[in-house]
Amino acid sequence: MSLTQNVAISLTEEQGMLLDVARGFVRDQAPIEAVRAQLETETGYDATIWQAMVEMGWTGISLPDAVGGAGMGVGSAVPVFDALGGGLLGTPLLSTTIAGQLLWRAAGEKASDWLGRLCNGEIGTVALLDHADWGVANTGVALDTGGVLSGRKHFVADAQVADLYVVVANESGTPVLALVETSALAPGALSANVLIDLTKRAANVDFTGAKPALVVRGEAVTSALRDTLLLGALLTAAETTGAAGRCLSSITEYLKTRKQFGKLIGSYQALKHPTVDIYVGMENARSFVYHGATIVSEEALSRDAEVACRMAKVAADDAMVYAGDRAVQFHGGFGFTWECDSTLFIRRAQWAQQMYGGAIHHRKRLAALLLDDEGGG
Amino acid sequence: MVDNKAALKAFREDVAAWMAENVPADPGFLLPLTFLEVGTEQQLDFLREWQHKLWSAGYLGMHWPTEYGGQGADPAYQFVVDRELGRHNAPIIFNTIGLNWVGPLLLDMGTDEEKAKYIKKILSAEEIWCQGFSEPDHGSDLGAVQTRAVKDGDEYVVNGSKIWTTLGNYADHMILLARTNPEAERKYDGLSFFLSPMKVAGIEAHPIRKVTGEYGFNQTFFTDARIPASCLMGEEGGGWSVAMKTLEYERGVTAGQASGHWGVTIQVDDMIDELRALENDGEALLSDPIVRDDLVGFIMEAKALSLSARRMAVPALNTDYPMGLALSVKYRGTEYERRMKQYTASKQGARSALYVGDADAVRGGFWQRAYFSNFGATIGGGTTQVQANIIAEHVLGLPK
Repeated sequence: MSLTQNVAISLTEEQGMLLDVARGFVRDQAPIEAVRAQLETETGYDATIWQAMVEMGWTGISLPDAVGGAGMGVGSAVPVFDALGGGLLGTPLLSTTIAGQLLWRAAGEKASDWLGRLCNGEIGTVALLDHADWGVANTGVALDTGGVLSGRKHFVADAQVADLYVVVANESGTPVLALVETSALAPGALSANVLIDLTKRAANVDFTGAKPALVVRGEAVTSALRDTLLLGALLTAAETTGAAGRCLSSITEYLKTRKQFGKLIGSYQALKHPTVDIYVGMENARSFVYHGATIVSEEALSRDAEVACRMAKVAADDAMVYAGDRAVQFHGGFGFTWECDSTLFIRRAQWAQQMYGGAIHHRKRLAALLLDDEGGG
Repeated sequence: MVDNKAALKAFREDVAAWMAENVPADPGFLLPLTFLEVGTEQQLDFLREWQHKLWSAGYLGMHWPTEYGGQGADPAYQFVVDRELGRHNAPIIFNTIGLNWVGPLLLDMGTDEEKAKYIKKILSAEEIWCQGFSEPDHGSDLGAVQTRAVKDGDEYVVNGSKIWTTLGNYADHMILLARTNPEAERKYDGLSFFLSPMKVAGIEAHPIRKVTGEYGFNQTFFTDARIPASCLMGEEGGGWSVAMKTLEYERGVTAGQASGHWGVTIQVDDMIDELRALENDGEALLSDPIVRDDLVGFIMEAKALSLSARRMAVPALNTDYPMGLALSVKYRGTEYERRMKQYTASKQGARSALYVGDADAVRGGFWQRAYFSNFGATIGGGTTQVQANIIAEHVLGLPK
C-alpha cells in the first residue's frame, strides 16, 4: 500500500462555521494590543474573553453530548485553535481541551460530572511531565495505598489558573489518572515557570499529600494517554499553523511598505524567495492539520490518524520556527526590538516546537510507522 | 458530472483489463523518461503507435468533445486512465504539447475551424506539436521575444531562432510567439501567436544534446520562412495573452489536459523500495537512523503535495490565498522530485557512479538518468526561481 495513500481532507459545514466565527472573534476581541496587555499578568488571559469563549461552547466542542459537550468530535477543535493561533491569544483552552480528552477517553461517563464542569468553563490541565522528556512514561508521581499522591510534575500548562488537574501517576507501578482539585493542593505547591512564550503559562506542581477526588484505573488509561498526546500534538500544530499564517502576513506587510536603497525591500529576491518558502511551509502545515482534523474521531486513533498527528506537528513546527526566525531578521533593527511583533512570533515558535514532543520525537516514531510496518496502513 | 461512483469503478476495471492486454512489453531499447527526451526515430515510431492505439481504444481525451475525437466524458475518467497508465508502467503518451497545452488552448480560445483542423490529429498522434516560445537570449523573460514575423500579402515572413524546442525535429506544427510590431509602446503588445507549420522551407530544427546524454529538444532556425497568414491565432499584437493562457495549461494551473501520463511516474514508494534493497556498512540501508530521518522528510513532502492537491477542491480551506496552492504546484513538486531522485541515485555505494549502459548500474542507471532528466521540469515552463517570483508577486502581493 502506498505510503501516502490516505490523503482525506475536507471541512464539515460545522467546522467551516467554527473557523469563520473563531476568526471573527479573534479579529474583534483580540487585537495585538489586547494580547500584549496580558504578557506580564499572572494568569496570562482575559477573564472576559474566556467567558465569551465558554458561552460560545468552545470548552465543550470536542466532548460528547452525554457529558454536556457539543458532540462535534475533536476534529472540530482544529479550526478554533487555528484561529486562536492566528491571534496569538493566550487562553487556557488547549489545556482544558486536552484534559477533557484524556478524562473522557480513559473514564468515559464515569467522569461525567468533571467533564460537565470543564464544558461549563472550569479550567482543566494534564499534569504529565516528570521532568523534560515527552518520550517516556512519566508516571513518577505515586498514589499510595492510602489514596494519597506523592511527587512533583513539571511544566504543567496553565497550572496557575487550573481548577482540575489530571495527574498521570502510578499505583504500585500501574499507570493511573488521578483527578486533583486545586483545593487539595498543599500551600506553596505551585512554582511558576518562566516561559519563553509570554502568552503561555505553566508551573511545576508538587502533588505530595494531595488526595485525588477520582482515580481512573484500567487498560484504557494507557491508550487514552497515547491518543491524547497525539491530539495534543495535532491541536498545538493547528494553533501553530494559525500563528505561522499571522507571522507570514506581518512579514509581507513589512516587505510591502519598508523602503531601503530607494526600493521596497519586498522587491529583493533575497527576501522574496525565503518568504515564499515560509508561505509553502505554512500551507503544508495547514494541509496536514486539516487532514488530521478530517480523520481523528472519538474512537481510538488509527495508524493513519497517528501518522497525521505526528506529521502535522513536525510540519507546523518547521513552518513556525522558520517563519518566526525570519520575521525577526527581515524586520532588521526593528525586528530585534521588544516592540516588534516578531518577538511574539519567535517566542511562540520556540515554545510550540517542544510541546507534545519536538521534531526528533515525532520523526523517529514516523520512521518506525512508515518504514518498518510495511503494508500496515 | 461524474454519473456515479459505480460507473467510474466499472470504467476503471475496463481500463485495467485493456491495459493488462495492450500495454506494450519492453521493446529492448531505451524509452524516454519524459516527452522531453524523445531522441530517436525508433522511439518516435514506437510512441506514436502506442498513443494511436490508446486513442483508438477510446482512452485518450476522455473529456474532450466527441466531434473532435474526444470521448465527451467527465475529466474524472481521464484521471482514471492516467492513473492506470502509471500503475501498468505504460510507456509515456508523448504528444504532450499538443495534448496538454495546444488542445486545451484551442478548445478554450480557438475558432471552430482551428478546432476541426487540429485537435483530432493531436489525439491520434498523426500530427506532432512543438512550442516556439523561448529564445537563446530570452528564456524566462518571455516578453522580450525577438523572432520577427512580418506580414507580406497572405503570408508572414519569419526570421529568428527558438530554443529548447522539444520534439521540434519531428513536429508538424509549432505554437509560435513572434514579434510583429517592434515599435509597440509595451513590449507585450508587439507579440503575436501563430499555429505555424514546421515542414516549410526556411525552418530547420537542430537537435541539442542534454545533460542526460540524450536528445529531445532543438534549436529551431527561421530564415525567411513563409507561413500562411491564416496561421495567426487571435489578433495581431494579441499574442501575449494567448501565450499566458498556454502557460496556465503548461503549468497545470488551469485544467483541461488530455493526458497526465507524459513522464514515467516515480513516487516516493519507488524510492523506498529501491533503497530497501541496498546496504551500507554491511547492514540494511534502511536501518541507518540518518537515512530513516531523511526518508520521513521525503514521505512528508510527497504527502503534503497530495494533500494540497486535494485541498484545492475545498475553497473554505483556501480563503487566505485562494490561488496559492495551484500556483505553487510546480515550484514544490518539481524541486521535491529532483531532490528525491538525486538522493536515491546517491545511496548506492560505488554503484552511484554508474550510468545508463553499465550492466552493474542499479536498475540500469534509472535514478541517475531520472535525476538529470528532472531538470527539464525545474527549468522548463518557467524556472523554479521564476516560479518563486510568481508566487511572491501573485500570491503574497510582494512588489516586482
